[in-house]
Amino acid sequence: MVKVKVYITLKSGVLDPQGKAIEGALHTMGVDNVGDIRVGKYMEFHIEPKADHSIDEQVTFMCNKLLSNPVIEDYRYDMEEVITT
Amino acid sequence: MKFAVVVFPGSNCDRDLFHAIETGLDEEVDYVFHTETNLDGYDAVLLPGGFSYGDYLRSGAIARFSNVMRAVSAFASEGKPVLGICNGFQVLLEAGLLPGAMKRNRDLKFICRPVELIVEHNETLFTTSYQQGETIQVPIAHADGNYECDAHTLEKLASNDQIVFRYANNPNGSSADIAGIVNERGNVLGMMPHPERAIDTLLGSDDGFKLFQSMLANWRERHATTS
Repeated sequence: MVKVKVYITLKSGVLDPQGKAIEGALHTMGVDNVGDIRVGKYMEFHIEPKADHSIDEQVTFMCNKLLSNPVIEDYRYDMEEVITT
Repeated sequence: MKFAVVVFPGSNCDRDLFHAIETGLDEEVDYVFHTETNLDGYDAVLLPGGFSYGDYLRSGAIARFSNVMRAVSAFASEGKPVLGICNGFQVLLEAGLLPGAMKRNRDLKFICRPVELIVEHNETLFTTSYQQGETIQVPIAHADGNYECDAHTLEKLASNDQIVFRYANNPNGSSADIAGIVNERGNVLGMMPHPERAIDTLLGSDDGFKLFQSMLANWRERHATTS
């Protein structure tokens, strides 16, 4: 079994209103050396490898079709093997 | 003319739309549940506002996989009128029936108030009863109405006359002040403002009513001999 961790963020050119608000709050707190805050989503799931589709293929399909909206969002993901006994 | 009002789990403007058709237009209208796979016999499909599937993941992202949306896509591809209002617009965007996507409002607030819209294009199935360039007052009620698309899409929308409504004073940060757009063929309209909440001056404005009247007038024109 494989554990997949998906990270979704707004595309770099797309203005992120939440990120901007958080950045403003941090500056108000006195943390004045942060910038370019981007708010995103994190998802994780287990997936059982299948003979006919690679996991990369399946995760890419899921990300493009549902987990992210390619019009405004980018995604990346990590995978790790889960040892089950 | 027979209208279908689609009901998703979490829709909450379905009754207002039903009322606009039944009492306002005095035409036939049914609620159609999200599990339905067949839209035969309907002349127009209306996707209401609300919070389908709790707005989980993204507004409209889950609803677009419901059974009825396959039927709505087929319905739209036949050139029949589909109108998505507010959450209905978001569902149409997620389904790819209209280009672009919605982001959180610029000021991160849910905005619920009447706004002024400019009718940018009055030659669509939905707007022939308006004057070109007319200013109308229709309420908005949304948190994710900040329309976004790439520069190429925006150019295409403008050059094809697909931008139907613009905000007179942009409330949410929407690109090019966009409040409503149609697809290239002109039979699918998505808009964030709620025309169904503006069908009677008793409610503050009846400027939204002309939209439904336009749909009816255009349908009658096409079916003059059969109805």
